Formats: sequence, C-alpha cells, structure tokens
Amino acid sequence: MRSSDSSAQAAFVKAADYLERRPLVSNHRPLSWITQHVCQIVEERAPKWWWILTITFGAMAALVPAMLTYLVSTGVGVWGLNVPVCWAWDITNFVFWIGIGHAGTLISAILFLTRQKWRTSINRSAEAMTIFAVICAGIFPAFHVGRVWMAWFLAPVPNANAIWQNFRSPLLWDVFAVSTYFTVSLIFWYLGLIPDLASLRDRATTRLRQMAYGLLALGWRGSNRHWTHYEKTYLILAGISTPLVLSVHSVVSFDFATSIVPGWHTTIFPPYFVAGAIFGGFAMVLTLLIPFREIYKLHDLVTDKHIDNMCKIILLTGSLVGYAYSMEFFIAWYSGNPFEIYAFTNRAFGPYWWAYWAMITCNVAAPQLFWFKYCRQNPWVVLAIVMFPNTGMWFERFVIIVTSIHRDFLPSSWGYFSPTWVDITLFIGTIGLFNFLFLLFVRFLPIINMFEVKGITPQADPHAEDHSTSLNHSSHSDPSLGTRVHA
Amino acid sequence: MNHATKTLYGLGAEFSSAAGLLEAAKKIYAHGFKKWDVYSPFPIHGMDHAMGFKRSRVSLFSLIGGFTGLTTGFVLIYYTSALNYPLIVQGKPYFALEPSLPIFFELTILLTAFGTVLGLLLLTLLPRLHHPVFNWDRFQRATDDGFFLVLEVTDPKFDPTASRQLLQGMGGTHITEIYQDPEEDPHPVRAEGIA
Repeated sequence: MRSSDSSAQAAFVKAADYLERRPLVSNHRPLSWITQHVCQIVEERAPKWWWILTITFGAMAALVPAMLTYLVSTGVGVWGLNVPVCWAWDITNFVFWIGIGHAGTLISAILFLTRQKWRTSINRSAEAMTIFAVICAGIFPAFHVGRVWMAWFLAPVPNANAIWQNFRSPLLWDVFAVSTYFTVSLIFWYLGLIPDLASLRDRATTRLRQMAYGLLALGWRGSNRHWTHYEKTYLILAGISTPLVLSVHSVVSFDFATSIVPGWHTTIFPPYFVAGAIFGGFAMVLTLLIPFREIYKLHDLVTDKHIDNMCKIILLTGSLVGYAYSMEFFIAWYSGNPFEIYAFTNRAFGPYWWAYWAMITCNVAAPQLFWFKYCRQNPWVVLAIVMFPNTGMWFERFVIIVTSIHRDFLPSSWGYFSPTWVDITLFIGTIGLFNFLFLLFVRFLPIINMFEVKGITPQADPHAEDHSTSLNHSSHSDPSLGTRVHA
Repeated sequence: MNHATKTLYGLGAEFSSAAGLLEAAKKIYAHGFKKWDVYSPFPIHGMDHAMGFKRSRVSLFSLIGGFTGLTTGFVLIYYTSALNYPLIVQGKPYFALEPSLPIFFELTILLTAFGTVLGLLLLTLLPRLHHPVFNWDRFQRATDDGFFLVLEVTDPKFDPTASRQLLQGMGGTHITEIYQDPEEDPHPVRAEGIA
C-alpha cells in the first residue's frame, strides 16, 4: 500500500516535470539583466551596420516622395492603370501593407485577451511594425484618388458643391476603418511604451535623453495607484482592438466583395482576408525579429519557443488561406454562373497563370514545411521559409485584383495590365520606408516590452512560494496537481 | 544638504522582492494608512487587493467614449445623408442601418479608445513630470528592479519614529526621508481628495 502510493507520487512528479512549460525567459535572468540588455541597444553608440542599413533604406524611402511628386505633377496615368484595369499595383500594395499590420494587433490584443504570455517579448516590435505598415499602406489609396489635392473630400465635411460623403460606399467605410485602426494602434503602442520610456529616462545620462524620454514617459513612476488604472486601460484597449483588427480587413475586403465583379463578389472574403493578413503579418514579424534577435543576442527573451509558436500560427493561417482558395473554386463551379466560372478558370490558367501559381506555391505549399519540427526550430530555415508568405501575400492581392478585372463582361474591352517603372519604384520606395522606420525604432525605443517581460518572470510572482510548498518535490506551479500528489 | 528648510514629503523603504512588497502593503493597509503608495517596475499580482483598491473606474470613461462615438456616427450619417443634403445614389435609401454599421462601429471604437486614455490620464493625474519621490536617489530603480513603499507625512497615522520602526519591522531597507522641493505645495487635487 505504502509503496504503491510512493510510486504513484513519483509518477506524478515525473509527469509534472514533463508537463512543466519551458520558461519564457531562459537562463533565469534577473530583472536588472532584462532592463540592462534591452536598454543598452538604445544607449550604446549606433553600430556601423545600423548606419549602413539606415542610409540605404532611407535612400530607398526617398523614392516615395520622388515618385509621388512625379505622379502628381504629371498625372495618375504614369501608373500603368487603364480601362479595364483601374486598380492594380496601387491597391495591391495597399492591401499588402495593411494586411502586414494585422499580426501586430493580433499579438498585442488577441493574444493578450487569451493570456498567451509568450506575446510579451514580441508585442512591442510587432506593434511598431503595424504602425509602419499602415503608414506605407495609406500612401496608395490617398494618391489613387487621382487629384490628391481633393483627398479632403474623404473627410466628413461638405465638399465644394456642399455635398457630403457617400456613407453608403465601402470605400468611405475603408477610410474610417483604416484611420481608426492607425489611431488606435498608435495609442495602444504608446500606452505600452510609457513604463519602458520611464526606464530609459531613469537611465539616461545626457540632458537631451533625459528631456526626450522624460517628456514621453509623462512622469511615470511605477506607482501601484497608477498600475491599477493602467492595467484596466490596457485590457480595455486590447478588448476594443480585437474586433477592430477583425473589422479592418473585413472592411478592406468589402471594397471588393460589395461589387458585382466575378471573382470579387464573394461572401468568403472577410474571414479569408483576415486569415491571410495574420498569415502574412506573422511572416513579416519573423522576418524582422530573427535578424535582430541574432544581432542583439535576445535569445533569452525571444526564445526558440516563441519562434516555434509563430511558425505554428503561420501553418494554421496558411492552411486556412489554402482552404479559402479551394472554396472559391468550388463555389464558382457550384454557382453554375458562367462568368463566375470563367473568372476562376482564367485566374489559374489565363494570362496571369504565373501569378496564381506563385501565390499557391508561396502561401499554400511552402508553409506546410512547418509541420516538421526541424523547420520550426532552426531560425535560418524559418527565415528562408517565411520569405515565401511575404512574397505570396503580395501575389494573392495582385491575383484577386487584377485577374478579376482584366477580362470583364465584354470581351471587346479585355486588356492586360503591366506595371510601369513608376509603379515598381514606388513599391520599392515603400519597402525602404518600412525598413527605415523600423531601424529608427530599434535605435530609439526599447524593442522588447521590458515591464511585461519582467511581469512574467518567476521572481515577479509574489505567490511563487505558496505553490512550491504545496508540491515540494518540484517547482511546478499548478496547486491542484500538488494537492493530488499529497492526497 | 540642509534639510531643515525643506518640507518632508514622506518616508520611503525598499523591499527586496515583489513578494516582500506585497506582504508589507498588506500590513500597511491593515494599519489603516490612507496616504501611501508602492512602486514597482511591473504591476504585482494581488497588490490592488492588498492595498484595498476597488475596481478601476477607467471603464466608465470607455463607456462614455463609446456612446459618444456611436451617437456621433448616427448623427453624422443621418444628418448629412437624410436631412442636410439628401441625394439619391444607386437608388439606395437615404438612410439605412446596414451600410451605416461599419462607420458606427469604427467611430464607437475610436472614441472608446480616446475616452479610455483620457480616463487613465485623469485618474492617474499624469502627465506630471516631477514628483517628490524622484528626489530619492535610490528611486530610479523603481523602473528597473526596485520595489519601494512610501508613507506620506500628511497621513494622520504617520509618526516619524513609529512609522520608521514599522517599515523596518516589515523588512524594509534603506529607509529614507523624502523631501518636497522647496517651492512645491502638496498636489491640490490629491490633497482635496483625502480631506
């Protein structure tokens, strides 16, 4: 009797050890190590590679104002747009960039509400990525209106003929959705930064830094009378950002889905766009994080477990996207509508077949490699694989937009769209702008959310000792398991 | 430095861990102190309860913001599309709920966010760039790895010797008197709230 009890107990302890989660901060780093390690990225002299990259991407970013000046001074015809393809690279780029932003909000809001503690070390950089991606996205529709000096027609003020906006148009919904998304993301990001800006303020040695970080930190002093309101605010913002992020790409998809164009008029669009956005966004998060993790030796904060989790999300959302692609074909066939069937046959086997199959290869086939543990565990393999979703999600938007409209109902008006050098250069410019802004962020703001990471360390848990006494064989923190062992 | 000319703000103590600070806070609350605070680099689980806080009222501001946003959306669309300049577009009704929902939703979210942040700033009285606790040289570790508790002199329970012994007895170290800046008065809003 006695021996069977002890062997059962041993088995429980063994199971508890096995089930114990890998710590989110490796090597039992103390709190001050976290502050020091993250702040020194901002405090040390800018390394040479940073100058080289920032100047290169800054020069690329300068292509954006250059191309826009050329566009405005010459006319919107310098983009390769013409009837029947009046939406092409510009709207493709818009949807591409706005989609990338979604992973940032997903990590900061949805993973917060679902208590996914691993989000804490990646949310800061992912939210920054969101903001920079939305900045890049906003450029395209603003200039796509043609006469950009009349873009104020989009604002809710009566125009020159005293006519108000058409609130029945999904394009206006888009204006509201994207501007709300940008504003709320910025507020959320800044709110999360305040305690970390205070850390930088308290470590600052130069007057300029003390002033700059001091003003930005709003005089934060870590008071619990503040933390109580702060945590509530964070929770509410996470709560409202969750439906917001789902709504933004849904509204973007309404731009297409509410039309009568075969290939666009699809009820599956909102969830399909949201899944695609998260898919592409996580790929971009990994693209940015893996190199910076290596450069700044952040392996104890952004662990292999974090990368593994993100790969699994990419696998899931990539498979969802693949399901949506096949469902579109099924519904086209099932509808019996010849225009609908033609739109999809043309998509896969028409003149843009290469774009379609590039999309399938990148978005459906490539992420399946993440079924293999080896592929998820090796950062450089991960980096190589996520380049496929990065590319594929651009192709997806191009395929949806251009293949649906280049052959519409009248064969006499069919056409073939090719981008001009202005289209291509402007897109390259936004890639430069995105990276340029991210490099500035890495240099001037803490790229890891220090206070949240500190909050998930074992030493931050004031009840840690209560748990360990209930199960004195193991440091497992599940009290229910502890009672069962002793019972 | 000559402390005689300065006004005392409070008595600060440092604790070695989040757990130690939580235990101390429970005791200070049990002693009936009203004007005191703890400072930590991250929010400590259970501290709100230990300090006897009720639920944060930030959510009230969110609710007001959300209603304002929804009303703004309704008034904006109804007034412009159905009253001020009704215009037939594609034979659709001047006002209908379905096409208005996205804008109702977005404006509700936007103004909820504004309301929430405004509520946070009002309830925390931030931004306030300077505060007497910053005069304590050890205090900069509050944003790194330090755990601090400060009792204010204006608290009726405060007594220079007894409070010091109390903090010592709870394991507080580096017990220090924190002074106001010479020209500074107690914060007007907080002083009122206590009286």
